[in-house]
Amino acid sequence: MSAVEPKVEKILEVQQVKKHFNVGRGQVVQAVDNVSFDVYKGETLGLVGESGCGKSTIGRTIIRLYEATDGNINFKGKMTKDLKGKNLKQFNREMQMIFQDPYASLNPRMTVGDIIAEGLDIHELAKGKERRDKVVELLKTVGLNEEHADRFPHEFSGGQRQRIGIARALAVDPDFIIADEPISALDVSIQAQVVNLMKKLQREKGLTYLFIAHDLSMVKYISDRVGVMYLGNMVELADSQELYDNPLHPYTEALLSAVPIPDPETEKRKERIILKGDVPSPIDPPSGCRFRTRCPKAMGICAQEIPTWQEVRPLHWVSCHLYQEESLKKEEGVK
Amino acid sequence: MDRKNVLEVKDLHVSFHTYNGEVQAVRGVSFEVKNGETVAIVGESGCGKSVTSQSIMRLIPQPPGVIKHGEILFEGNDLTKLPEKKMEEMRGKEIAMIFQDPMTSLNPTMTVGKQIMEGLIKHQKLGKAEARQKALEMLRLVGIPSPDSRINQYPHQFSGGMRQRAMIAIALSCAPKLLIADEPTTALDVTIQAQILHLMNDLKEKMDTSIILITHDLGVVAETADRVVVMYAGKVVETGTVEEIFYKPRHPYTWGLMGSMPRLNLSRDTELSPILGTPPNLLTPPKGCPFASRCEHAMQVCKEHMPETTNSSDSHQVACWLEHPMAKPVDIPHDVVGGVSK
Amino acid sequence: MSSMNSSTQNLTPEMFQPIERDTLAQEGVSSKKITFWGDVWRRFLKNKGALIGALLLLVIGILAIVGPEIHSYSYRSVNYDLINKEAFGDHWFGTDGAGRDVWTRTWYGAGISLLIAFLATAFDLFIGVPYGCISGYYGGKVDNWMQRIIEVLYGIPNLIVIILLLLWMKPGIIAIALALGITGWITMARVVRGQMLKLKSQEYVLAARTLGASTRRMLTKHMLPNVLGPVIITIMFSIPTAIFFEAFLAFIGLGIRPPEASLGVLINDGYKVLQLFPYQLFFPALVLSLIMFSFNLVGDGLRDALDPKLRQ
Repeated sequence: MSAVEPKVEKILEVQQVKKHFNVGRGQVVQAVDNVSFDVYKGETLGLVGESGCGKSTIGRTIIRLYEATDGNINFKGKMTKDLKGKNLKQFNREMQMIFQDPYASLNPRMTVGDIIAEGLDIHELAKGKERRDKVVELLKTVGLNEEHADRFPHEFSGGQRQRIGIARALAVDPDFIIADEPISALDVSIQAQVVNLMKKLQREKGLTYLFIAHDLSMVKYISDRVGVMYLGNMVELADSQELYDNPLHPYTEALLSAVPIPDPETEKRKERIILKGDVPSPIDPPSGCRFRTRCPKAMGICAQEIPTWQEVRPLHWVSCHLYQEESLKKEEGVK
Repeated sequence: MDRKNVLEVKDLHVSFHTYNGEVQAVRGVSFEVKNGETVAIVGESGCGKSVTSQSIMRLIPQPPGVIKHGEILFEGNDLTKLPEKKMEEMRGKEIAMIFQDPMTSLNPTMTVGKQIMEGLIKHQKLGKAEARQKALEMLRLVGIPSPDSRINQYPHQFSGGMRQRAMIAIALSCAPKLLIADEPTTALDVTIQAQILHLMNDLKEKMDTSIILITHDLGVVAETADRVVVMYAGKVVETGTVEEIFYKPRHPYTWGLMGSMPRLNLSRDTELSPILGTPPNLLTPPKGCPFASRCEHAMQVCKEHMPETTNSSDSHQVACWLEHPMAKPVDIPHDVVGGVSK
Repeated sequence: MSSMNSSTQNLTPEMFQPIERDTLAQEGVSSKKITFWGDVWRRFLKNKGALIGALLLLVIGILAIVGPEIHSYSYRSVNYDLINKEAFGDHWFGTDGAGRDVWTRTWYGAGISLLIAFLATAFDLFIGVPYGCISGYYGGKVDNWMQRIIEVLYGIPNLIVIILLLLWMKPGIIAIALALGITGWITMARVVRGQMLKLKSQEYVLAARTLGASTRRMLTKHMLPNVLGPVIITIMFSIPTAIFFEAFLAFIGLGIRPPEASLGVLINDGYKVLQLFPYQLFFPALVLSLIMFSFNLVGDGLRDALDPKLRQ
C-alpha cells in the first residue's frame, strides 16, 4: 500500500484486540475495543492517552496478565494465547514488564538481591555464586552497587526502586519490555535518570519497548512512533515527530495543545484547544466515533458510523471521518 | 510593582518528630505574596513545599509536627500566634485551600451545594436562600453544566475534573484574599488540567485573589505563575519572576530541573541531563548547601557553609556560592536556556 | 537586602575550587541494614503499653507453669481441715470450699485457660488461613462459593453449635478448644481473604506472574509473608476472646468439670460464695482481667508496629 515499507521485522502484532471486563449487574466495561498495531524489532512504541483510555489494559493483555476477550496477539510469530508449558516459560523470559508504582512493585519482605534474582530462580538460570555474580552485574547495570543486594526495598528512594524493578526485568534477558507508566510516580529530576537508563539499555541490548505513559513530552522524547488512545480505541498512530508536527485526529490536536510547555513566552502566545466536558464512561461509550461528544469538529456521520482505521499518509494511521472521503461524501449528501 | 504584600513568610522552620528522630522538613523559608499575583512554589517531593503551605493554613498536625521558628504575616497578623478560634475564621474566609485529591477533601455524605453553602452561612452570615443563590452562581462561575441539578448531587456523582471545579467553587465562595492550591491538577488528565488552569487564571483576574500554586510541573508554572519560588531540601534556593527563572536561572538546581524536562521540540538523540543521586535525608540535613552532593559545580565551601541569599536583581534572589566574587564564573548550561527559549 | 557576608566566615579562594562528585554517596542508603521484622521490633519496643503487656504476659505465663509447683498443695486434693482459709496466710490466696489451695488452682486454671485458647487459635490458623488463602487467591467462582458457605456458617449462633458439640463430646480441654475453634476460624478466614484480594493486584505480585512464577512460589514467597502481619494481629485479639468465651462457658455450666480447673471454673465457684469469701472470686478474676488486658495491649502495639501507614 504505502511506498516506504519498513525493512525491520515485526516483533509483535496486535490484531483487533478487545478486552471487556464484567463489572456485575450485567454491565460491561469496554476497556479496549478493536485495537490493532504492530511493534517493530528494536523500536520504542509509545502509547499515550488519559486515564481510562485502556493503555495499561492493552499492555497487561499483551503480557497475558489479562486474557483478551477477542482478537489475536502474535509475538515473534506465535499466538500468545495458545502458549503452554515450555513455550510459555520461554515467552515469560522474552517479554517483561516495568511497573508504575515504585512502592508497590517490590515485595517488602524480600531483599533486593532476591527480588532481582526472582527470574533466575524461576527459570533456574543460575545458582550459588553464579547467581550472586549475575545480581551484582545487574545492580551495576542500573547504577547501583553490590552492597545494595542485601538491603530491603523500603531503604531505597523511588528512583532507586524503579531501577531495581528494571534490573528484575532484565535478569531473564528479555527482548521486549512493556513499560507501564514507569516514570509517572517519580520526580522530574529522577524521571530523566530512569529514561536515560532505559535508552542506554535499549542501545546496548537491542531491546524493544512498548512505553505507556500519559506525559506526552516524555513519550515524544523516548519513542520512535506514538499511538494515541481514547476511551478504548486507538485514534492515531504515527512516527513521533510526524505526530507532533502534523496531528490529524482532533483529539491528538487537543491533547498536544493542552500540554503546558515550560516556557512562559510560548505559553502566552499559545492558542489552546480546551475540550469541553469529561471522558464518557467506558460502560456505555458514545455511538459511532467515541470522541464525538467532546470533538470540536464533530459531524452528523460521527454519531452513526464508527470511523475505520486507515493509513491516510505513509505510516500515519488515523481513525477519523474527517480523513475518509466516503464519509465526507456521505456528510455532504446529508446536508 | 507597588503592590501590597498579602502574605509574608519569614524564616519559617517546621519539624516533624517521628520514630526515627526529628525530620526538619522546612528550614528557614522566606518569601512574600503580593496582592493579586500568583506565586508558584516548585520543587520535588519532600522539599517542604506542601509543609510550607500547610503551615500557612495551620494544618500541620501537632504533634508530630511543630512550627519551631519564624513568622507568617497575613496582612500584618502573625498566623503562627493566632488563637485557634481566630484561625478558624481565617480559613475559608480570608485564606482558602484546594488540594491535589478532591475526593478526599470533599465530604462524601453531603451534597456539593450544602458544602458550598456551609462556608457562606458561617463566614458571610448569609441566609439559606441567599447562600443557595450564591452557591448556584459559584457553580456556574466555575463552569459546571446544569448547576440547578448538580447542586443537589453528592461528590461521588461528579467526575474528577468536576470535583476539582467544585473544590474551587467552595474555596472561592467567600472571596478569599489568598488561595493556596496544592498540586491542584496533578491527579487530573492533561485535557482536564488545561480546563482547570484556564479556569484558575480566569477567576484570578475576575476576583483579584492572590494565589500560591504548589506544583512540581514546570509547564504549569510557566502557564500560570507571575513569580516562582524554587525549594530544595527545606530551603528556598532561588526566587524570581517567571521570566527570570525560565530564561536566566542562576542556581544549579534550577538548571537541573530545566534540563530534566524533555520539551516537545527536543530531538530523540539529545540526552536529557538529569540530576544524579537523590535528595538528602532531612533527618540529618547536611551542614552546607543541601544540593552540594548532587551539584556539578560543587566547591569545597559548599559542603561546609550554607550559602547566603544574594540579590541578582530586585526580584531575583539566589542562595548559591557561585554568586560569590571568589567563585569561578560558570556559564548556564547550554541545553537549559537553549531548550527553554526555543 | 542581604549581601554576601564573608567576614564572619573565613573564606579562602581554595574553598572555591570545584570538587569531584562522590557518585557512591549519591546512591547512599542508610548505613544500618534494617530488616522488616527488625523495624517492627524496634517500633514495638518504643510502645510502652505494649511492652508492659508483653512483660505481664511473660510473668503470667511463667506463673502458670511454675505457680502450681511452688507449694506442695495439689490443685485437686481435697482437705476438709482447711476449708475456706483466709488469703495471705499459709495459703497466699487462701483455700476454697473443699480446702484446695486457691493460688495453686488459680495458676493451674490460668494454664488450662491459656492452653484452650492456644488450641482454639491453632484451629483459626489451620482452617482459617488456608480457607482464606484459597478463597482469595483463586477468586471468581471458587471465592463466591466459599464465601456463601462462610455466610451460612456465620448465620448459625455459635452458642448452639458449642452446646450441641459439648453435649455430644465430654467437656474437656480438647472438646472446648474444638468448640471454640470451629466457630472462631471464620474471622481469620475473612481477614486472610481480604488481604489476599488486596495483594493479588499489587504490582510485585503481577511482576512475579509475568516472570512465570508457579502458584506455590506465589503463595509462599509473595502472598503468605505479606499476610503474616494481619494474621498475627488477629491472633492477638482472638486469644483473649477465646479465654473469655471459655470462662463464659464455665459460668453457664458448660466448662471443664471440677476438680479440673480453668479460670472460668474458678470464677464460677468463687461467685457462689462471693458474699462470704470474696477472695475466692477476686484472684482468678484478677488474673483473667490481667490476661485480657495484656493481650489487648500487645495486640494494639503489634498492630501499630506492623501497620505500614505509620511508618516513616
